[in-house]
Amino acid sequence: MKIVILGAGQVGSSVAAQLANEANDITVVDTDELNLRELQDRLDIRGVHGYASWPSVLMRAGIEDADLLIAVTNSDEINMMAAQVAHSLFNTPLKIARIRASEYLQHPELFNSQDCPVDFHISPEKEVTDYIKHLIEFPSALQVLDFADGRAQLVTVRASEGGWLVGKRIKEMTKHLPEGVESRVAAIFRGKKAFIPHAGSIIEEDDLIYFLAARKDIQTVISEMRRLEAPVKRIILSGGGNIGSSLARALEKKYHTKVIERSRTRAAEIAENLETAIVLVGDCSDVELLQEESIEKTDVYVALTNDDEANILSSMLAKKLGARKVITLINRPAYIELVESGTIDIAISPQQVTIGALLTHVRRGEMVTVHSLSGGKAEAIEAVAIGDRSSSKVIGRRIDEIKLPSETTIGGIVRGDEVMMAHHDNVIEKGDHIILFVLDKKQISAVEKLFQPSIAFI
Amino acid sequence: MRRASIQSIIGILLLLSSGMMLPSALVGYLYQDHTTAAFLESAGILALLGSLLYWPVRQAQYDLRLRDGFLVVAASWLTLCIGGAVPFLLMESLNISVVDAFFEAVSGLTTTGATVLTQIDELPRGIQFYRQQSQWFGGMGIIVLAVAVLPMLRIGGMQLFRAETPGPMKDNKLTPRITETAKALWLIYLGLTIACALAYWLAGMSGFDAISHSFSTVAIGGFSTHDSSIAWFNSPLIESIAMVFMTFSGMNFALHFMAWRNATTLPYRQDAEVKVYLSLLLFASVAVSIGLYLSNTFGSVGESVRYGMFQAVSFLTTTGYTTASSHLWPSTLPVILLMMATIGGCAGSTGGGMKVMRVMMLFRQSIREIHHLIHPNATIPTKMGGKTISGKVMYAVWGFFFLYMASFAVLSVLVTITGVDPLTAYSAVGASIANLGPAMGEVGDNYSSLNDAAKVLLAFAMLLGRLEIFTLLVLFTPAFWRD
Repeated sequence: MKIVILGAGQVGSSVAAQLANEANDITVVDTDELNLRELQDRLDIRGVHGYASWPSVLMRAGIEDADLLIAVTNSDEINMMAAQVAHSLFNTPLKIARIRASEYLQHPELFNSQDCPVDFHISPEKEVTDYIKHLIEFPSALQVLDFADGRAQLVTVRASEGGWLVGKRIKEMTKHLPEGVESRVAAIFRGKKAFIPHAGSIIEEDDLIYFLAARKDIQTVISEMRRLEAPVKRIILSGGGNIGSSLARALEKKYHTKVIERSRTRAAEIAENLETAIVLVGDCSDVELLQEESIEKTDVYVALTNDDEANILSSMLAKKLGARKVITLINRPAYIELVESGTIDIAISPQQVTIGALLTHVRRGEMVTVHSLSGGKAEAIEAVAIGDRSSSKVIGRRIDEIKLPSETTIGGIVRGDEVMMAHHDNVIEKGDHIILFVLDKKQISAVEKLFQPSIAFI
Repeated sequence: MRRASIQSIIGILLLLSSGMMLPSALVGYLYQDHTTAAFLESAGILALLGSLLYWPVRQAQYDLRLRDGFLVVAASWLTLCIGGAVPFLLMESLNISVVDAFFEAVSGLTTTGATVLTQIDELPRGIQFYRQQSQWFGGMGIIVLAVAVLPMLRIGGMQLFRAETPGPMKDNKLTPRITETAKALWLIYLGLTIACALAYWLAGMSGFDAISHSFSTVAIGGFSTHDSSIAWFNSPLIESIAMVFMTFSGMNFALHFMAWRNATTLPYRQDAEVKVYLSLLLFASVAVSIGLYLSNTFGSVGESVRYGMFQAVSFLTTTGYTTASSHLWPSTLPVILLMMATIGGCAGSTGGGMKVMRVMMLFRQSIREIHHLIHPNATIPTKMGGKTISGKVMYAVWGFFFLYMASFAVLSVLVTITGVDPLTAYSAVGASIANLGPAMGEVGDNYSSLNDAAKVLLAFAMLLGRLEIFTLLVLFTPAFWRD
């Protein structure tokens, strides 16, 4: 696939890195020549230097025969304009733009082929906000990802030291579940290695367990897996940027929420839009302020400023002062590996969260959702079975009859509102949403092919 | 780990170079000239060496860093040159020394075209073909070829690419993927070669000569299957064809690529470098022709133009074909020709020399300095084709210029010390470092009379010129070896 990426920032370069490994022709456009050069040295891509929305620059980047434009410069307006230029002058089939400002996002009717021809817009702030919201809902989970509009969810938990999971077999775990509640352990990450467990696999300490369940059952399943943590009541968010303020708005009704913001004017601004949440003006690394606001009784502390170092340090401070759980937003991938499994409970990488949303549109076949797991090493994919028995390679077949690529497993099937865990004798029907785990990224194209109906029958 | 991956790449390249013996073996077989065995033996030896290097480290991960690129490229060229000398040594009928064989191989692969062999017409067809073919592989670059055909070099290929391709600005990929870029370059190169061979053949060359000469024309090499080079054919038509293809091959291959993909001549017309390159060619042709006519070297205007133009084009592109003994021409004409060769072809071409692009930059920068003296407060950007050249590129070009001149001076002095007369020494080093070939004095036609030390120094000069100084010299700095 020929892809033009505008903006070699954090999202742009991590998307380029993910896609360059999959035999795509990638051109990255940026105004920073140094940045491009560095990227070009590291990846097998081409860099074009210039303003992303200028037709001549886009032409040099090969927009004329590009299949996909991904506009992720740091300006919403340039992203939209570039999509417009690509649409009007070059007829680019698929245009994805990152739109940050909620002002634009509140008017989805803006984005259509007549007005602002952005086929899909992604908003990292919104994605990250949703992601953190899920984590607060399920305090024991490290990660909660939605499939089929949230009907099914993928939850990651860590088998903690002394927890009863350690040393158990997978089948013992599922046996304990109450009647009618189903779950399936789809993958286990042990250290840097991922594998698909079978019924006899034994869980070891520090394993990351990825399991799939219907949304309504998640709480029950987690409680079976881990000693259930007390529900969250008090939350402190530090950093009142876009993510902080929209998260506060989403959380204030259910939880006792406080937002710490350094700038007085910004604090006043967000306070205006909030109802019950309290906006505090101050520094997030101010011990006295934190103590004053009873950090020791806080259930979740979330560091959301745009400064990685400040986030990490203030989270460590909060944890030391007694916050039950700390969640930290970290942009640099190198830091994430550093802090994981340290004092900080959960490190969130905005790129990692955003990239799934992007990958969904890049993948061929009928992919509705793609989540990138474990720093892009594995993927969880929701694919729709289309066609009929003769054109599709999956419809009308039992799960054990489907020729899955290696290192790939089917976790579950969503049929209408019903969420089923995969059993070897389930038969795939037309319109089923199938949730797959691909632990080896080399198999992605094979998975894509599996869900593409043969050409003759479309 | 690092050593292992470098070792495995060199191993692979040796295997590739052993494969390159096979066409010559085939030619030897077709003409029944008893060279087939020697070529097959060489192929066997190289394949064995290559496998010995590659096999123990075949699992090595390719994660080349920037500086490894230099080492890989320099080491591969050295290995390939040594490997390329093997058939000359195994050929008993040739009876040449190790140094001569090495010199000939380096001269071939670097597309210099200086030779130590005499009575080339009498050589077996296999050897003749092998010499031409080595220029052809060296022209576009064996590493570029390897990047194109070996998928395992995909990651890190950019580093290798940059260390091998000529010109000051090497970050402009033609296509997003490095293998595609390398393939495109080789396809254009192949296309030009086929067109050139056809043209030669139609103009009356034998099939063997047409193919052989097309190799060295498009590679801007200069080897010929005849002692008297292109003059042997004594045909104005063949000379014109050679001039056209030398001119084309001396242009940036990126332009050929753009022109071919968009089916338009616009890239040629818009490129600032090509304009200067063509003007230089025209200027040199006219100047040399006038000089020849005024000095009565040739009787008629027609002959002066015919020989003057051919030599001017051949020297400026650094091919080094000859239709006349230009080193014996009167007054400054041979010196002008050598100086033209120092400028050389365009960046990203198969030509040698400093490259037109660099000379243009240096010139414009110098003019800028003069303007600065007149308007001390003016901001004057140095521009090429309407685009400002960044300070970084400019510094690199100045650095290159100094190193080129310094290498020329130091090597010339060293060659003189070995006992070669100054005119021969200076012109031979100049012609070697510019990858030209024919020089003045003793080495006007042939380098066989030089001593061994001088030959090794000149071979080094050729490699310096082909790898554009930096790639090779970087290995001689202590900083490179410190981790």
